Amino acid sequence: MNEQPIVFCKGGGCTAKLGPGALAHVLEKLPPFTDPNLLVGFDHSDDAAVYKLTDDIAMVQTLDFFPPMVEDPYIFGQIAAANALSDIYAMGGTVKTALNIVCFPEKMDLNILGRILQGGAEKVREAGGILAGGHSIADSDVKYGLSVTGIIHPDKVLENNACRPGDALILTKPLGVGIVCTASRVGQASDEAMEAAIASMTTLNKYASEALAPFEPHACTDVTGFGLLGHLNEMLAARCGAQLHWKALPHIPQALEYADEFLLTAAAQRNRNHLEGKVEFESTPFAVEELLFDPQTSGGLLVSVPADRAEEALAAVQALGLGCGIIGHVTDEHPGVIRVTE
Amino acid sequence: MQYQVNAMGKPCPIPVVETKKVLAQMTAGDTVTVSVDNAIAVQNLLKMAGQKKLAAESRTLASDHYEVVLALTEESLAAAQTPIAEEAPACIPDARAKGTVVVLSSDEMGSGDPVLGKALMKAFVYALTEQDILPDTILLYNGGAKLSVEGAPTLADLKLLESQGVEIMTCGTCLNHYGLTEKLAVGSVTNMYAIAEKLMGAARVVRP
Repeated sequence: MNEQPIVFCKGGGCTAKLGPGALAHVLEKLPPFTDPNLLVGFDHSDDAAVYKLTDDIAMVQTLDFFPPMVEDPYIFGQIAAANALSDIYAMGGTVKTALNIVCFPEKMDLNILGRILQGGAEKVREAGGILAGGHSIADSDVKYGLSVTGIIHPDKVLENNACRPGDALILTKPLGVGIVCTASRVGQASDEAMEAAIASMTTLNKYASEALAPFEPHACTDVTGFGLLGHLNEMLAARCGAQLHWKALPHIPQALEYADEFLLTAAAQRNRNHLEGKVEFESTPFAVEELLFDPQTSGGLLVSVPADRAEEALAAVQALGLGCGIIGHVTDEHPGVIRVTE
Repeated sequence: MQYQVNAMGKPCPIPVVETKKVLAQMTAGDTVTVSVDNAIAVQNLLKMAGQKKLAAESRTLASDHYEVVLALTEESLAAAQTPIAEEAPACIPDARAKGTVVVLSSDEMGSGDPVLGKALMKAFVYALTEQDILPDTILLYNGGAKLSVEGAPTLADLKLLESQGVEIMTCGTCLNHYGLTEKLAVGSVTNMYAIAEKLMGAARVVRP
């Protein structure tokens, strides 16, 4: 029997995220909650919420779900789960439990759902967590993700914006998965490029997080829908500036080629608009600019580490086998502005 | 020549991809007018225009209707050395006949010799592209589903029709039946409800 394909949504993965501008506008209007035990709430624009339970244990909570960005339901399940679990690792935490979040068309073959959930469950197991339940809704399009709870020591929370001037910036996965998936959607991506994107998206950030922990990073976030520049901008929190070297950016080589063919998402352009005036490009090719705004699904960790330990830290991440690099450093000059040069 | 691309309701990067196909056919002095339904698509088109050094202007017709007009310049011709299509297919601005639906329910035209029938069908779809008035929609079902998939002799012409705003819809059950689900290469997948709605709503149904 022929399998029914997943009915694709208009933009899969993290390209389907609401624009950062639109989101900030709505969140601003919500009443703030105050509780001394809430260590990280969403006023921080951080990756996950952290709530202190005891002096030794804080709970880390996050959820993430999105429409498919690849044809294979099993791989989609793996990617969606790796992406959701990533927020726990971006905080420096350990995964404990996960719940499935599912939207699925009633008339679609349930075997497809089975394979999505199987892919997701395997990633939860790999993360060392327990899949403890979930919730499913009949919907016109497929969407899948996880709500994840982890734990962390309250003193060891890795906030996304505690970088310090002089820190080196390490990126642990190659950029360009958004562009490659977009090219694939219009039939213009090579198998090789798509395989590289899938290998990157299905890799848990657990390994990079564990590899970097001994080097005492000051700040960490995962690069997802807002692109490298969007997440770096949040990390700088208008207190620090950053200097990036575009030649040092780990990336999927074909992504530059596809960017030059203008296979670009709406989300990347929204990211560009949102960061207007906050990024200065100097002799940077157009395709690299696009790479920097490209929304990443299950992207790598962006980690701010003490400069004197950067090389050693990079070697630890390199051992994991994905494209990674020291992409620049944090400055006390031009706070809130990211400069991109050769 | 003035070309049109109707990319209303199509997510990025489709507006850019469809516009690029038309740009490849354009020669000096031609323009293409692209209709899109969101401002971000306008920005992505202008970004491409900037890189390709095209002359570009955009206008807002409504909050969900924008037009971008692109023209080749000497600079863009020099920069890209745009290959000029040997015979650019005729393309009349929004020449779709309102309410005309073409139904292709077989990969053959007429009954008799199947080889002849297939050749006739290919010629018919090509002839459609040459019409002054284009259909609104082309429905492909049963054996017709073989016409819109990878490797089909009619694929290039159907893509050309789609780039001029003709809606190409292929029956999903039929694709599945012939094992072609993964091979659909133009237009969208549709279902019987939508097919019935299109046929009931048509002012004129053309069946070759």
